[in-house]
Amino acid sequence: MAEKMKKLNLKKALKGNIATYLMVIVAYVVLFALQNLGLLSYSLAGFLVPICAYIVMAVSLNLTVGIMGELSLGHAGFMSIGAYTGAVASALLADLIPIAPLRLAICMVVGGVLAGLVSLIVVVPVLRLRGDYLAIVTLAFGEIIRNIMQCLYVGKDSSGVHFGMSESALDLAADGQMIVRGPMGVVGIQKISTLTMGFILVMITLVVVLNLIRSRQGRAIMAMRDNRIAAESIGISIPKYKIMAFVTSAVLAGAAGTLYVMNFSSIIAKKFDFNTSILILVFVVLGGMGNIRGSIIAAATLTILPELLREYADYRMLVYAIVLILVMLVTNNPKIKAMMVKFREEKLAPRLPKKKAKEGDANGK
Amino acid sequence: MSFLTNLINGLSLGSVYAIIALGYTMVYGIAKMLNFAHGDVIMIGGYVCFCSVMYLGLGTLPSILIAVVACTLLGILVERLAYKPLRQAPSLAVLITAIGVSYFLQNAALLIWGSAGKVFPSLLDGIPPLKLFDGDLSISGKVIVNILVCLITMTALTLFTGKTRVGKAMRAVSEDKGAAQLMGINVDGTISLTFAIGSGLAAIAGVLLCSTYPMLMPTTGSMPGIKAFTAAVFGGIGSIPGALLGGLLLGVLEIFCNAYISQELSNAIVFGVLIIVLLVRPTGLLGKPIREKV
Amino acid sequence: MNKKVFAIIMAATMMLACLAGCGSKAPSNTAAIKIGGIGPLTGGAATYGIATKNGAQVAVDEINAKGGLQLELNFQDDEADGEKGVNAYNNLKGWGMQILYGCTTTGSCVAVAGETASDRYFQLTPSASSSDVTAGKNNVFQMCFTDPNQGIAAADYVAANNLGEKIAVLYNNGDAYSTGIAMAFIDRAKELNLDVVAQVTFPDDSNTDFTTQLNEAKSAGADMMFLPIYYTPASLMLAQAKDMGYAPTFFGADGMDGILSLDGFDASLAEGLMLMTPFNPTATDERTQNFVKTYTEKYGAETLNQFAADGYDCIYAIYDACVKNGITAESKPEEICEKLIATFTSADFKIDGLTGTGMGWTTLGEVSKTPMVVEISGGAYITK
Repeated sequence: MAEKMKKLNLKKALKGNIATYLMVIVAYVVLFALQNLGLLSYSLAGFLVPICAYIVMAVSLNLTVGIMGELSLGHAGFMSIGAYTGAVASALLADLIPIAPLRLAICMVVGGVLAGLVSLIVVVPVLRLRGDYLAIVTLAFGEIIRNIMQCLYVGKDSSGVHFGMSESALDLAADGQMIVRGPMGVVGIQKISTLTMGFILVMITLVVVLNLIRSRQGRAIMAMRDNRIAAESIGISIPKYKIMAFVTSAVLAGAAGTLYVMNFSSIIAKKFDFNTSILILVFVVLGGMGNIRGSIIAAATLTILPELLREYADYRMLVYAIVLILVMLVTNNPKIKAMMVKFREEKLAPRLPKKKAKEGDANGK
Repeated sequence: MSFLTNLINGLSLGSVYAIIALGYTMVYGIAKMLNFAHGDVIMIGGYVCFCSVMYLGLGTLPSILIAVVACTLLGILVERLAYKPLRQAPSLAVLITAIGVSYFLQNAALLIWGSAGKVFPSLLDGIPPLKLFDGDLSISGKVIVNILVCLITMTALTLFTGKTRVGKAMRAVSEDKGAAQLMGINVDGTISLTFAIGSGLAAIAGVLLCSTYPMLMPTTGSMPGIKAFTAAVFGGIGSIPGALLGGLLLGVLEIFCNAYISQELSNAIVFGVLIIVLLVRPTGLLGKPIREKV
Repeated sequence: MNKKVFAIIMAATMMLACLAGCGSKAPSNTAAIKIGGIGPLTGGAATYGIATKNGAQVAVDEINAKGGLQLELNFQDDEADGEKGVNAYNNLKGWGMQILYGCTTTGSCVAVAGETASDRYFQLTPSASSSDVTAGKNNVFQMCFTDPNQGIAAADYVAANNLGEKIAVLYNNGDAYSTGIAMAFIDRAKELNLDVVAQVTFPDDSNTDFTTQLNEAKSAGADMMFLPIYYTPASLMLAQAKDMGYAPTFFGADGMDGILSLDGFDASLAEGLMLMTPFNPTATDERTQNFVKTYTEKYGAETLNQFAADGYDCIYAIYDACVKNGITAESKPEEICEKLIATFTSADFKIDGLTGTGMGWTTLGEVSKTPMVVEISGGAYITK
């Protein structure tokens, strides 16, 4: 019976994953076709790449928050590392690699790798702290990154790349060109992000994250989340798996940052503040902790929502706040939850005894 | 002497963080919930006090009282509508709701009071500054009031949670909700009361914040809110003396960093020190070590 | 399994999103030229966006009341953020915008200018002052001084009038506007042999405590402080300086304008404060008086500052150029763009407005007008 259960659960999970991939692919095909036929409104067309970036951000944060069970309030920090690195790399490579998609791909890799490297520093507190203490450390980390970005100046000239804390400190040669200018940020970015590149990044993210969850490592990570001591006692190496989940999440966030920044002609560090980290956390919680498909849908919907509310003019953000509160209240309402459980039980009844179905539900969470 | 001046300025800033952190830590300690809307309740408290002084022409004390009552009512209302239905929900769901409440309060304030800043009336200017070393060092009345209010609030809260029946019930709820309920404690009511007290404290914090830095805007509460949250964690979240200590230390650290290290990187350095402290003491300066049940 | 309910709700919203994207929005006046506006109406910078919106609306109402060419202004919120700015811009494009007025803040404006430059929309910003806004784009024009120009003008003024022997500069190092002016001022001061004894900064988000910065300036012996910061933090700084008993000559940039209209501000704190501002609400000319009167009646005096006046002038500049080129509601945006660029950059196109007389534009998109310095005395501006 247990054997059967396990198979069924696995099958269900696999089905869920396929449904997630299909959803993304269908959405891409439809949007791509509409875009090329010129049927999309300007607003929606402008959203496509940011939505892809936010989806990757949400899915990668879900790995930390939902799967690993550690609250992170500084995810935008990794995004900004990816964004700045990508912007600088693109400016440097502009002459060397004229093919835009290839350049973007390289920039994303560079951005992701750098974000991953920085995350290795943050891993130290991650291993030592838990709960709200870890949350505040990630918040602090996000603020540190932003503060440093605001003071960072980068320029290039014939002798190479220069870094410094002010424009004069760079001491550029006459043919020099400033790339990053402190609080003025990066301007004159070539817009090379496209829906297709965004789609590819979303698919890569899904493959990485969904396979990780379904792998031995993923189960170890979830075991750690559900009961750390039990997991440790059966020989799961906590540091190894925590680092794995955290760094993977940071690398993906870095790549998303590069994708995001290449969709705009300029960027400032202020964009990646605490509020952006919180926004991504809202995607994750609203979509359901550990629920990857939920994160995708929530990221897309909540990015569009403020635009839909434009007709409310001055009351726009007020309505947004009310919607946010109401959605949280409705989705966590015990009555609605019970209704859903009943609905599911009935659906599963022919296949499984009632009691087992309930257990399956608990496991699926 | 400049060292002492900086120290006083740091304490002045820190005392504001401390009084906000007390409210944070109180709600967290009992309801186990990060109330991200706390900073915005502070802002509302500031506006209510501003209105009763400027438009109703009331004196300092009645205005503060009105602000406290208004914020307490607001706290109860928010708790009833937004947090109470989520008692059984995962803590992150409540966190997101709190963020929703924070957006709501900010935007409501923007619509009610407008976007332009308002200069808060100087309620504490009547208190003479304390002059030391033949007037070389002067501690302004605001700083003295801030620190006094912090100490009084801290003592009152400690006594309240330690000695009174209701306070003991709060501690019991904080330790173990289920067991408290079995002992006949009204858990729901206790948590609601915690929010009411926390919001009342927020009003006092709002008045002090705006008297020290007399600028009121719909976003006035958000940054001090985050800083105070940091301070509360720094001192050990849930610990009442820890909130005071954390707040004061954070303020001093910020000013010293501005004065002696770097103004550009002051935020980075302050947060960096925070991370290091937490690495050495993973539950903050005065926090209880986490016991693990096996 | 509440996720499913949620997914259904979300999917429904998505559908709505697509539909709403296709359908048209508010019914609009068909005979009017459609001017899109972008600026922050919510968030920390809302006050600047609201001022530019209201100022422009006053001008639009005046022009429409005259009869003849009609204008319609659709002003959208961007929360002072580049991404939201581009969203607002796309929304306006869907509405059928012909000319873009905005954005209010630099960060958002640079991002949006990148879009208008490739889409060919004519863009005139009231207040985004960084030189990045116009750099490399021939379709973007500014109504305000660029930051470097303002910094240079300030240094020149300080040197010419001998305002201080030792100068301290206080700026917001997280803000492009503030840093831009401060850097240009410091560079120019060096050329003019002015003695800058202290450069003090504060981060963008903790802008309440200036005691250390003031102490540093004081102990460096500065007898003049240059403050290229906005009036909201400046009001706190002035109060703290007074508490410390530090009273150098304070000299601000145009962001300081508005300090006197702060609700509850003690004007004696600003006594003797000098600032560069293009707009003086107490000026006695009829046009300024009318503007002040209409604005105050409609929107109150709180946001009546140079942002509003710049906005008013922007609309008149657009209107004059449109009349000159015979532009109608049927004209294509690209066609308007090329015509207006030619007009704005022509030597004989001059605008008289609230923020200057005989204003013209260079091919770089920068405005040329004479900077004005005022001193606050008795709670009013006295032109120097």
